[in-house]
Formats: sequence, C-alpha cells, structure tokens
Amino acid sequence: MLRSSQPLTGPNRKRCREDEMLLGTVLEEGERGFIIDTRSAQAAKQARMTGGGTEPKSSYPQWRRLHRPLERGRPLQESFIKLVEACNDASISMDRWLSRLESCRWLSHVKAALSTACLAAQCMDREEASVLVHGVEGTDTTLLVTALAQVILDPSCRTLVGFQGLLEREWIEAGHPFHLRCARSAYSHARLKQEAPLFLLFLDCVWQLSRQFPFSLEFSECLLLTLFDNAYASAYGTFLCNNEKERCLCKVKESTHSLWAWLNQPAERKKYLNPLYSHNALVVWPSVEPQSIQLWQGLFLRWIRPSQYLDEAWAEIQRLAESN
Amino acid sequence: VENVRLLDRLSSRKVALGTLYLTATHVIFVENGSETRKETWVLHSQISSIEKQATTATGCPLLIRCKNFQVIQLVIPQERDCHDVYISLIRLARPVKYEELYCFSFNPKLDKEEREQGWKLVDLNEEYNRMGIPNNYWQISDVNRDYGVCDSYPTEVYVPKSATAHIIVGSSKFRSRRRFPALSYYCKDNNASICRSSQPLSGFSARCLEDEQMLQAIRKANPGGDFLYVVDTRPKLNAMANRAAGKGYENEDNYSNIKFQFIGIENIHVMRNSLQKMLEVCELKSPSMSDFLWGLENSGWLKHIKAIMDAGIFIAKAVAEEGVSVLVHCSDGWDRTAQVCSVASLLLDPYYRTMKGFMVLIEKDWVSFGHKFNHRYGNLDGDPKEISPVIDQFIECVWQLMEQFPCAFEFNERFLIHIQHHVYSCQFGNFLCNSQKERRELKIQERTYSLWAHLWKNRADYLNPLYRSDHSQTQGTLRPQMAPCNFLYKFWSGMYNRFEKGLHPRQSVTDYLMAVKEETQQLEEELEVLGERLANLQKSKLNDNKVKSKQQDGSKQLGLSMSNNSLANTPQEYSNDLKSFPSRTPSQGDEEDSALILTQDNLKSSDPDLSANSDQESGVEDLSCRSPSGGGCLPSEDSGKDSDEAVFLAA
Repeated sequence: MLRSSQPLTGPNRKRCREDEMLLGTVLEEGERGFIIDTRSAQAAKQARMTGGGTEPKSSYPQWRRLHRPLERGRPLQESFIKLVEACNDASISMDRWLSRLESCRWLSHVKAALSTACLAAQCMDREEASVLVHGVEGTDTTLLVTALAQVILDPSCRTLVGFQGLLEREWIEAGHPFHLRCARSAYSHARLKQEAPLFLLFLDCVWQLSRQFPFSLEFSECLLLTLFDNAYASAYGTFLCNNEKERCLCKVKESTHSLWAWLNQPAERKKYLNPLYSHNALVVWPSVEPQSIQLWQGLFLRWIRPSQYLDEAWAEIQRLAESN
Repeated sequence: VENVRLLDRLSSRKVALGTLYLTATHVIFVENGSETRKETWVLHSQISSIEKQATTATGCPLLIRCKNFQVIQLVIPQERDCHDVYISLIRLARPVKYEELYCFSFNPKLDKEEREQGWKLVDLNEEYNRMGIPNNYWQISDVNRDYGVCDSYPTEVYVPKSATAHIIVGSSKFRSRRRFPALSYYCKDNNASICRSSQPLSGFSARCLEDEQMLQAIRKANPGGDFLYVVDTRPKLNAMANRAAGKGYENEDNYSNIKFQFIGIENIHVMRNSLQKMLEVCELKSPSMSDFLWGLENSGWLKHIKAIMDAGIFIAKAVAEEGVSVLVHCSDGWDRTAQVCSVASLLLDPYYRTMKGFMVLIEKDWVSFGHKFNHRYGNLDGDPKEISPVIDQFIECVWQLMEQFPCAFEFNERFLIHIQHHVYSCQFGNFLCNSQKERRELKIQERTYSLWAHLWKNRADYLNPLYRSDHSQTQGTLRPQMAPCNFLYKFWSGMYNRFEKGLHPRQSVTDYLMAVKEETQQLEEELEVLGERLANLQKSKLNDNKVKSKQQDGSKQLGLSMSNNSLANTPQEYSNDLKSFPSRTPSQGDEEDSALILTQDNLKSSDPDLSANSDQESGVEDLSCRSPSGGGCLPSEDSGKDSDEAVFLAA
C-alpha cells in the first residue's frame, strides 16, 4: 500500500516520467494496481484547474483508478460540531432525535471511511493487488484510509505496541497537521479554516472495529479516548506541530516527554488493555451496514450520560477475564 | 422441489442451490453438495406473509417473511411448482383449527409426569406468596372461579381484603370486558401496589358506586399512601373519544383521592404499522446511513418503545419513591396495560430479572391476565387488524434495559430472542388462545408441552455472565434516566436482523465469558480437590506438576472455543454501487462462510432456528437424519451408530 498527494497534472495534462516510473516499479509485468482517490471523480477533475488532477489512464496503464469521496476540512468540522450540539441538546424529543443525528452526517462519514478502508484492504488481501491512496494533500483522508486499512489487515497493528507504531508512522511521521487540525474542538466559536477532526474520525472507526470484533484489539476504548484527549491538549509533545520538520525546528524531542513513554509504563499500560484480547491472525472485515455502525457513546456522550452501569459491567468483564 | 435457489439478502453474490421440502410442520431448504448439508428450517406458524414475485429468466421468485423477522428469498425454476408451493404455504401458514398447530404433534419424548412437571415449573400462587400475600391488606378471591365474572381473567385473582364479592362484581359491570381492578404487583416494603383493569364504562357522566368503592379499597390497602394514581396509558384524545361510545376514563371528581394521569401510548394499529415500516427499512438493499436513520425515525418504533418504558418508569417511581399505589388501564386492559405493568415490575423487583422470575412475570401479567395471544400473534387465521407486536415491544424494552444495565439481568439477549421466537412458533402450549378459560377448555396442559421447562433445561445457554446477585446494579430498583436519553434507545439488530449473520459482531462476548466462568469454576473446584490431596500426601512434587498441566490445558481449551478464527468472516459488500470493481465468482472461496454457519461450537443446542442442531424442534428422533426421503444421513458429532438405529426405529 502506498500513499501520496495528488499528481500535479494541471489543465494542460502535464506528464512526469519519474512519477510514472516510480509507480511502474511497484508493479510486476502484467500486474494490476488500484489507485484509490478520496475525491469524487468530478472534484478530482476540477482540481486540474488549480494545478492538481488525477493519474491519466494512458500514462499509468497498469493502474485502475477508483474514486471514493471522503469528507474533509470545514464540512467535516461542521459535522462534528453539529453532532456534539445534538448530543447536548436536552430538548430533542424522541421523534426528532434520529433525523437530527442523521443531519449531522457524522455516522455517514464513519461508514464511508470504513468502506473505503475495507476496499483498500480488499484490493490487497483478496485481489492481491497493490494500492495507492491519495486525496489532495495526502495528509488527511489519505492517512485515514491507509491507517484504517492496516488495522483491518494486519494483526500486529491491533496490538497495543503495534497500534502506537501505526499512529507514529501513518499519522505523526506522515505529516498529519495536528496543530492545525486539532485546535479548538467542537465548542469553540472561532471557526478556524484549517480545523478538521480527521483523527477523531479515525479513532471512531477503530472503535467501530472494536465493537464488531471485541476480541481482536489488544487495547480498549480507554486508549482511544486518551488519544483523542491528547491530540487536542496534551502534557506530552507527541502530537505537537504539523510535521517532522516543525518538530525538529521546535526541538520537541529535546524539550518534551513522549506520550508513548508514559502510556507504556507497566502501571499505566494496564488501563489501556482489552481483557478480552486474543490474537486473531486473520483480516477483520467489518460490516458497514447502517445497523452495524453506532454512535460512539463513550466519546460523544461521555459527559452527558452516567457511565456508572457500563463501567461496572466493564469491571466485571475484566474480573472474569483475569480470574482465568 | 429440486434446483431451487436460496438467495442471501445482504450479499447478492451468495446463492445456494438445493432442494425445497414442505412437511406438515415445516418448510425445509437443503443445500446441495459438499460435506456440509446446510439446512434452513422454517415453521409454518412463523410464516407471516408469502409473496410471489414476477418470473424472471432464472425462475420464479418467492419471498417468505416470518414473524421472527427471518426473510427467505427463494427462486423456483418452474412457474407451476412455484404456484403449488405458494398455494400450499398459504394454506399451511393459516391454520383454522388449534389441532393443526405444531404443539399438538411436537414430541420431545418426555413422559406424562415430566410433561406435568414442566407445567408446574411456574406457579403463580407461589409468586403471590413470595410477594407476601395473603396478608392484612390483600387476599385471593375465588369470585371468578368459573369465569363467571370475567371470562378473560384467571380463576384466581388477588384483591384488597376490604373488597367484597359484591364490590368486585359491581365494579366488573362498570368495566370494559368486565375486567375489574385486580392486583398485578405488591411491594411489601411499603405496601404500595400496582393494580390493573380496563377502562370504566363512564361515558360522559355515568357512575358506579361499587367501582368507586373498589378503587377506594385499593387505596386503603396502602396505609402509607394518601391517594391513588390512576394511569391511563392511552393518548388523551383516544380516551376522550371513547367517552362518546359510553366508555372513557375516571373522573377525579367522582373517585375520592385519585390523581389521574394520561401516558399516551399509541394503540395496536399504530404499533402494527410502525413495525411494518421498520421492517421495510430493514429490507432496503444497501441503504445509506441517511436512508436508515430517516426510515427508522419515520417508523416511530423507538419512540413507541420509549413511551412504554417511560410509563413503566413513572409507575415504578410512584411505587418505590412516593410509596403510592397505582391503578393502570388502557382500553381493554390486555395490551398496553400488560406492557406497562410488566416493565414497572421488572424495574421494581430484582426477582423478575432472574430467569425464573422473568418467566413468572410473563405468566402473571401476560398469560394469566388474558393477553390475546391468538389474536395478536395469529396462532390461527384471523382478523389481520388484531395482529400487533405487543409482547415484542415489551421484550424489546427488556433488551433496552439490558443494554443500559448490563449486570442487572440473570439472562442474556438470546433468552429474549428465543422467547419471542416461541410466541409465534406454537411449538409449546404456553402462548395459545386468548385466555386461561380457552386454554383450559382445550386441555392445553395435557396435550402440549411447556416452553418454560424447555428453556429451563437449556438455561446454561441463557445466562448472562456479568450477572451477580450481590452486585449493586442487581439489587433494588432500577432507575433508568428518562431524559435526556434519546440516544440510549438503540436499534435492536440482534432481533430485527437476527438472521443476517454478516451484520453482527462476529465474536460473542457473552459466550466467551460464560465459558470462562465455567472454566474458572471447574479449575477452582479441581484446585480445591488437589489442595486437599496435597495436604494428605507426602509427594508434593508430583501434585505440583499435575496442577500446572491442568491449568495449561484449561487455557488452551478456552483459546480454542473463543477465538475459533476459522469462523472469522469474509468481506462484506463495500463497493456495491461501483460496478467497476471486479468481484470474485461465487465458487471461489468463501469457504470460511460455510464454516461460519455450521461449526458445532457455534451452534447452541437450544436455538430453535438452527436447523443443523435441531432435534426436538424437528420432532425427529435424531440430529443427523432429516431428509424425508430418508437418504443421505449425515453422522452427527456424537451419535454415529445411534443415528442409524434411531432412523430405523422411526421408520
């Protein structure tokens, strides 16, 4: 699986021999690859007007392009804000709740993200074909797809250590601009242009997987919530800045502590483990039917509904699993 | 009929070819070829509707919709055969006499005494005793001993001590269907009670001294309460409309010290339509999130569930927190009243959250109080306007509560699903007819078997591993939030998409934890035994080794049954809108899928719809030989030789 940003084809359909060669080396003679473009076909075409574009079939003959539009940027942030507002709205009656939930579109975004990641995984696992994923910049929806696909495909990404490695690799080092994207979260009135909850969307998708495969992730919901918290505000330097270059310039490694170092301490680590975990060597294929995708209550209703009974149940599960 | 195709609703790629059989009690589809003869069995009583669709090049499609929400899509090659099957099923699914029902031919091979014992498992007299009755305030009355006062009530009713036979009879004449106020639940901690009845025949201004005295008696039976709540579970408009027909509701001016309350749960017709709409959403092909949520909201289903729950919460609060008694009624007092009283009881009393207690609850508020099972669930062919998912809604309320309070119930989701299944299956006699009187006339207990005994026998499958009787969540009253809590009501895909295995979490936490619990218990017991031996014997080293190896085996076993990953799964439809994605031909792999369905570990012996394991349900002697032609017996895991013998005997 490869990731990149969009090719700068432009209105004049520029070609780039090196780019074609690079993608050519990935595939064997006669082999076929898939390009998953996270923009709609129309949006991708329009991108040419501003210097961007798509890989033309003629220049990349072995690659088959699939479009899977995923929401990003301002609309995704609005979706997040609306959902949080809806969850906080005590006045909604039962006969309006579902349409209100639907109008936020958040769950649709979760469904789309999971479907696209599964598609990428299917290409690799079932079709045994290589996949190139890109959107516009290669820093948002691209990373969402590649990271999620790895959780689906690779059992080692489902371990506590493996998942941390995945985050380092596919989000932090890959240059997801955390500083810009995770700024004010859902309550702020300052509508920052660059803010968008892609990382939260990723965590939500991982939560959906944990619900559908309760034994297959070594970490618990607690980890996902902690990651969400730390992406927005942290005592640690792990999610600071927008890319490696900035982190170097700011001397992050020299002047801050790593979140991973803290999480992995034996005493802390226990909190983030899933007592039901059992290594599952297979690919985990989630259902993306609407019935299978649920509102992540643990996050969105965290401060709204009492979690006492669910916490007790979780404690009981832990007790049972450990007693064995 | 041969060469019939069974289509999978979710995955258009999955088509099974096989033979369709029609027996006196079931429709059976047997898949061709391979070592695994996958069978799909459907009881005729479960069939809700059959739709013959337009003939296509591949054959005649036949769609069977079941009351337990299974949807079977068949394609029959010849139009003639399809029509025959269609006509037969129509007849078979609409019995006219009780004797045609499965329960009269079902034979679980128990002797007469075992059958009787099965019926005695749930004893309502014992239940009222448990509540603390008879006592100073309440007693049993035999005024209805020959069903002379009310033919839809049981022979034994519980009434306030001060309610004489005269008062009861007088009150019954002032109540719709003669369903006078009677006790449903008594709280011995504070003497508050829940009574139930039907609507009074008050019209605009009629009064009845005895009825007023009856309510007064109920109020006085609770010395701690200054007034009596009268809860009408109907919307105010409907209740008022009833007044024009000479019925209606209690006027606070006429009855001393009552506080009247409308709760506003819709009637059976609204509920029937609501379910219908929701099922249509379930049948959508690859719906978007938007289609689904809009469709679900449009059906109003969860809104109705919440309304029933809110009513139960209100009543439970009145009893537990205010210490005030409540009289509940709707129109006839056998639908909404039953729902609301049983939800309230469940919230109030932890006993009803145990397996046995739940059976008792259903027996009390649904069976004995004359809920019209036959009319509501179509045991026999009847008026379609009487059909309504009343008990289904109650069962769903219980599930919603289980989701909110995971440690509070002794039983699990499967228990609820199987009960719902059997409300419609007519395999057991519990849910037949419309009243106790009718059941006694038909001698149900002598001619059929009790579901409760069957479930009790298989109770290991129905336990909730998180339940602990000493847990704080388990004890006392459950207090669910009433608001804001819209988000707490979830779509129950375990019930309404029960047969679409691709939709559900692929690994069962409940089963795993039950296995863990059992394992741990066994290990602890063994440890005890070995510990004793250790104390007795001199050879400590030898025993150490034994203990270690036992533990290892234990965890290995556990690992196997829980993470049986060959059952994992196959990719779902991720690209159904895009034709360009090359799909694999059906023959290529998906072996995992067939393994998913048939592996013995995965099947619960108590599951009524899993044909491969269904011995009792089929009424057939043995697990393996089920084909009517008698050919192709598949040796089951345990009984190799026995199966042949059994077939011989049956033949």
